[in-house]
Amino acid sequence: MSKNSKQLITHNSQLLSHSEAAEIFNKDFDRTTWHDETLYFVRQKRDKAAFQINDWELLRETASQIKNNVLSNMHDYLLHFEENALKNGIKIHWAKDAQEHNEIVFGIISDYYGGNIPKDTFKGMVKSKSMLTEECHMNEFLAEKGIEVIDTDLGERIVQLAEEPPSHIVMPCIHWKKEEIGELFHKHLGTEKGNKDPQYLTEAARQHLRDKFLTRPIALTGVNFAVAETGEFVVCTNEGNADMGAHLADVHIASMGFEKIIPQKKHLGVFLRLLARSATGQPITTYSSHFKKPRDGQQMHIVIVDNGRSTQLGREDFRNSLKCIRCAACFNTCPVYRRSGGHSYHSAVAGPIGSILAPNLDMRANADLPFASTLCGSCSNVCPVKIDIHQQLYKWRQVLVQEGYTPTSKTLAMKGMSTVLSNPGIFKFSGKVGRMLMDKLPFLVNNSLNPWYKQREMPEPPEESFRDWYKKNRKNKKYI
Amino acid sequence: MSSRDNILSKIKQNQPELLPLPDLSVLGTEQYDLVQKFTEILEGIGGTVLEVSDFEEIKKYIISNYPINARVISTLPEFSESKDWQIADPHTLKDADFLIIKGQFAVAENGAIWLTETEMGQRVAPFITQYLAIIIEKSAILPTMHQAYEQMGSAEYGFGVFLAGPSKTADIEQSLVLGAHGARGLVVFLV
Repeated sequence: MSKNSKQLITHNSQLLSHSEAAEIFNKDFDRTTWHDETLYFVRQKRDKAAFQINDWELLRETASQIKNNVLSNMHDYLLHFEENALKNGIKIHWAKDAQEHNEIVFGIISDYYGGNIPKDTFKGMVKSKSMLTEECHMNEFLAEKGIEVIDTDLGERIVQLAEEPPSHIVMPCIHWKKEEIGELFHKHLGTEKGNKDPQYLTEAARQHLRDKFLTRPIALTGVNFAVAETGEFVVCTNEGNADMGAHLADVHIASMGFEKIIPQKKHLGVFLRLLARSATGQPITTYSSHFKKPRDGQQMHIVIVDNGRSTQLGREDFRNSLKCIRCAACFNTCPVYRRSGGHSYHSAVAGPIGSILAPNLDMRANADLPFASTLCGSCSNVCPVKIDIHQQLYKWRQVLVQEGYTPTSKTLAMKGMSTVLSNPGIFKFSGKVGRMLMDKLPFLVNNSLNPWYKQREMPEPPEESFRDWYKKNRKNKKYI
Repeated sequence: MSSRDNILSKIKQNQPELLPLPDLSVLGTEQYDLVQKFTEILEGIGGTVLEVSDFEEIKKYIISNYPINARVISTLPEFSESKDWQIADPHTLKDADFLIIKGQFAVAENGAIWLTETEMGQRVAPFITQYLAIIIEKSAILPTMHQAYEQMGSAEYGFGVFLAGPSKTADIEQSLVLGAHGARGLVVFLV
């Protein structure tokens, strides 16, 4: 990892805006290109997998309609889910925000130890991937209480050892090179110095984490889908870490945002066909685990979290963002994400979807994110549940400007632009001046003070404006 | 008011007008040669598929592919006489080398096999074992996930999994490595 990105390690720290952080990321041209190409490779795998399904578009439309129904009947589905899960012997907790989620998790651990948490290393928790616990900063909260959380997804373990947050919700260490991981493992896991072989490094992590699975009494997992009809929940992994944790632990805690609800079990067929194909181009994840009842002698808890989601549900223009199934297809296709890296978004969920979710939680801290887009619309085109992501990015910009959360420089520039564009006389004059300056005094625009000059060459100025060309070439001049 | 009631009342107030659920019966119309498609997909994601005529053939395969002192566990009397492992502390399965079980049914489009804890013997078994073998009847291969959930119906279980191939990761520079935390290898015997 380059030294620069160390400044970005805290989520929501607002140390740097997206464009400032992206500028640092772009200083290493070759690395940025490598990052860009790696993610586009995943996007292409997605396309290949999608094209093998005849009814892919019908499947997306169906998934979208199921999720629309879920949003419109959320209250009853949640009650139904709770009732069935309780019947199955699962304990249900409700958390209004991140703080309450973390306190509930701590309470469950504390109760397990009868209020007397021992001071040895085996009191810790093994955790499989849960972006919600990242959103809630749970690891930090529990660390302060003396409870160690071990991330068990390989990519998450790598960023955890490096004291960084994940940069991608499906591939947490997509920004790391194998040489750097070799070095990190040499330092923390005692692997051979200089060995960067992925097979060797994965084996080292397998041994290291197997020991944690076998010794930690508490496991936490995320939830991909929670079925109202049956009270069960489904967790998808390729590595098997959620299962190794949950089936060995005395206590299994599953944290879910309330929007993970789906109506019936048969709807899993639709979502499981879409999720992995959209995420990585696999036909399905290796494990799609259906947890319905705790095993004998085990405690199973579900923490249902709001943390701003019920507010988002009430925003007509933005509620569709709650349909997200966290496949990250929108990350992999986004030209801005690919060339700015996940940490530039200073939010647990980065990329296009993160940019429409984060302003709901904190408009001031995340006012820059809806601007981190070209509005090309590729995100909406690959989204398996048809969220209108680029439309929402555009709408958030308007809300943020109206609420006064955009930087003064941007507001002034927009006001200036508005004056020019709404006044044909000024427009004509400015065009002329601009062409003349770019032609005669190019250094005035081709310098580092002009943000449009960064990472690009300025175009050659046209010899004449369209208006002049039209005047010359059309006889009928009544429209001029 | 409790957080539960607060959250639920805010959701009730903010949720949009009721929209209908779509029809799923139009999905899953793909026509496959089921054995061929299942084999092709599962081998593509790192599994091995072998068509066998009887249990003797499976036994021969195990003897010739695994060391004599390997710890083999099974829910099937043909492969393991003892059932003790099924009620033991799950941590004691940490040295299991090879688990052989029967799958309920499989899915051609993605190579997934449906197992519930009844077939697994212990929930952790198919994950903690170093290598896994699953026996599937050829007639139990379904085209897509839609038929799979239909087949499942309202059958009861405490835990179930769609398992597709060996455990894997590509977290290090997108290089595919088999054997992340779960089984390092999967062999499916089609009978």
